[in-house]
Amino acid sequence: MAEGAVLHGVETPEQPETTTAAGERIYVASQWQLMWWRFRKHHLAMAAGIIVVAFYFVALFADFLATTDPELSDAKRSLMPPQAIHWFDGWSFAPHVYGVKGARDPKTFKRVYQVDPTQKIPVHFFARGFPYKLLGVIPMDWHILGVGAGHDVSQTLFILGTDVQGRDLWSRLLYATRISVSIGLVGVALSLFLGVLLGGLSGLYSGWVDTLIQRIIEIFRSIPTIPLWMGLAAALPRDWSILQVYFAITLIISLLGWTELARVVRGRFLALREEDFVVAARLAGCGQMRIIFVHMVPSFMSHIIAATTLALPAMIISETSLSFLGLGLRPPAVSWGVLLQQAQNVQTVALSPWLMIPAIPVIIAVLAFNFLGDGLRDAADPYGH
Amino acid sequence: MLAYILRRLFIAIGTVWVISVVSFAIIQLPPGDYVTSYIAQLMATGTLVTQEEAENLRAQYGLNQSVYVQYAKWMWLVLQGNFGVSMEWKRPVTEVIGDRLVLTALLAFTAVIFTWILAIPIGIYSAVRQYSLGDYVVTCLGFIGLAVPNFLLALVIMYLAFAYFGASVGGLFSTEYIDAPWSWARVQDLLKHLWIPAIILSTAGTAQLIRILRANLLDELRKPYVVTARAKGLSELRAILKYPVRVALNPFISTIGYTLPFLVSGSIIVSIVLSLPTVGPLLLKALLAQDMFLAGTIVLLLGVMTVIGTLISDILLVWIDPRIRLEE
Repeated sequence: MAEGAVLHGVETPEQPETTTAAGERIYVASQWQLMWWRFRKHHLAMAAGIIVVAFYFVALFADFLATTDPELSDAKRSLMPPQAIHWFDGWSFAPHVYGVKGARDPKTFKRVYQVDPTQKIPVHFFARGFPYKLLGVIPMDWHILGVGAGHDVSQTLFILGTDVQGRDLWSRLLYATRISVSIGLVGVALSLFLGVLLGGLSGLYSGWVDTLIQRIIEIFRSIPTIPLWMGLAAALPRDWSILQVYFAITLIISLLGWTELARVVRGRFLALREEDFVVAARLAGCGQMRIIFVHMVPSFMSHIIAATTLALPAMIISETSLSFLGLGLRPPAVSWGVLLQQAQNVQTVALSPWLMIPAIPVIIAVLAFNFLGDGLRDAADPYGH
Repeated sequence: MLAYILRRLFIAIGTVWVISVVSFAIIQLPPGDYVTSYIAQLMATGTLVTQEEAENLRAQYGLNQSVYVQYAKWMWLVLQGNFGVSMEWKRPVTEVIGDRLVLTALLAFTAVIFTWILAIPIGIYSAVRQYSLGDYVVTCLGFIGLAVPNFLLALVIMYLAFAYFGASVGGLFSTEYIDAPWSWARVQDLLKHLWIPAIILSTAGTAQLIRILRANLLDELRKPYVVTARAKGLSELRAILKYPVRVALNPFISTIGYTLPFLVSGSIIVSIVLSLPTVGPLLLKALLAQDMFLAGTIVLLLGVMTVIGTLISDILLVWIDPRIRLEE
């Protein structure tokens, strides 16, 4: 399906039969250009794509978007409900939150919070707060929103409330996003490597190599994964650092997740092996490696990208499940699963429902990746129907 | 057909072997061995153990030999039905697992049934009334069902039941039946509790199967033979159910092999959230307490159970789908 392929049935923004200029445009357009045109028509996938980009934006700038130090705990602020931001004071634009007074209920010993509408705490844009390094290099202490830090401990901004240790849920959620969406990427990269290697071998050499790899894939697919993940994750040494656990968990997840990618790659190899342009390349005396990397890979690259996108949600759910059970990432690392661990107890959740909020990004991310992947898969073959 | 069944059998044996190796790795991986933890336990109660005694213990359990020999010995014991002793419960592993494994199998089986009961009529409706309001609602719910992990759904349902009805949906038995011996009343009580976790467990699978069935049936309904059937005056119900649905159901049955491992996996986490008396919570506790014989055995038995289920479904498939019989 190289440049010379026939272009029948290409759906493009313009009608090729009526406007010759537009028709010209389609005939000279590159494969990626055609894919983009087709993808753009898929509105749901476009929207999902924007959401996915937003997730990675949040992951990159988590510390700038955070309002409070995510590690700062305060027993006096334990399980505080979300503070609503009031954008207007009368008719003037003056964002503020109401002060909150905490006290211990003498009967139940629970902390109860009382909103005090007379005390208005101004909220500033680009406020100064805890120091961090933007993108890991530029030292900064600017945050998108904040209250005058350091002056008064009672002045707080907890957009989504606090957890049991009194840490800001909003800021923790942003940091968790960083870990959760990146663990998906690293995991998918590893399974992509395994999938392309084994799927490629399987599609390239038929015969016993193919049979063997196909049987291995079938074996892997009939194993119930979660008990295995749990066992392997629990067997990790307890004294490993956050980074070691992070990579070990990613490795465990991807070890069992490569089969679908291998299946896609093998299918593509089998389909392309008999294509005219591959046969032509072989007849022209190209070496095996050149045929694969110069002629075949570019034409199924898009399929791999689509399959990879569709593999990401499973990775995210796996990590969330493992961490939720306390077998994945361990505090002080924060991921969506680690945050949801606090919502394991029904009584706690009934009293502080905001602890369930980390479930929302999980669901949105999984949906967005699914829709994006679907759209990419439809657009992946711009020459077909 | 025989060749097909033999191939399936070969895959099943291979899978069991892989699972056994991983289970053994799970038992072996944590630092130290059984004797180390045993000695630590004895020390905690004040008993002193000399180096010599420790070595004797190791020799007795075969822990001073190479990993391969240990694996072979473990497999030999397992094949005789001896899974070792749970350190936490101080009882043979088989006794600890017993009932719970049966309940796990029952839960997975019920979930498969629910998946089918829900997916078949909804999928048919969704295809026949394509682009109707109902179709959109079903498609929308289907996507959400796919995106929400089982355990989150369990959490939300538990929260809603607790917050609005004051009821607890956890467990598989009412309090008076938890430790009661098996009786007809206990079975009835179990069935009363089983449907909630079974539905939670089947959502993702149902959503997926609805999508597959809808797509397949839409392809079938456009074929000329359906038009012919209608033109010849067949009732609408018959024209749809007699052939198109049967053809569309085929890939449905063939996916069951992948549905089962998926359901067993899901049942572990859902059981932990809803504290069901299946092997799920037991596995988590065993892993957290490093009770490795128990954990390894659970992983092994779950795997074997899944493989047997898949094998049965594969054989059923040959029986239902003549194309597979003719292929080889």
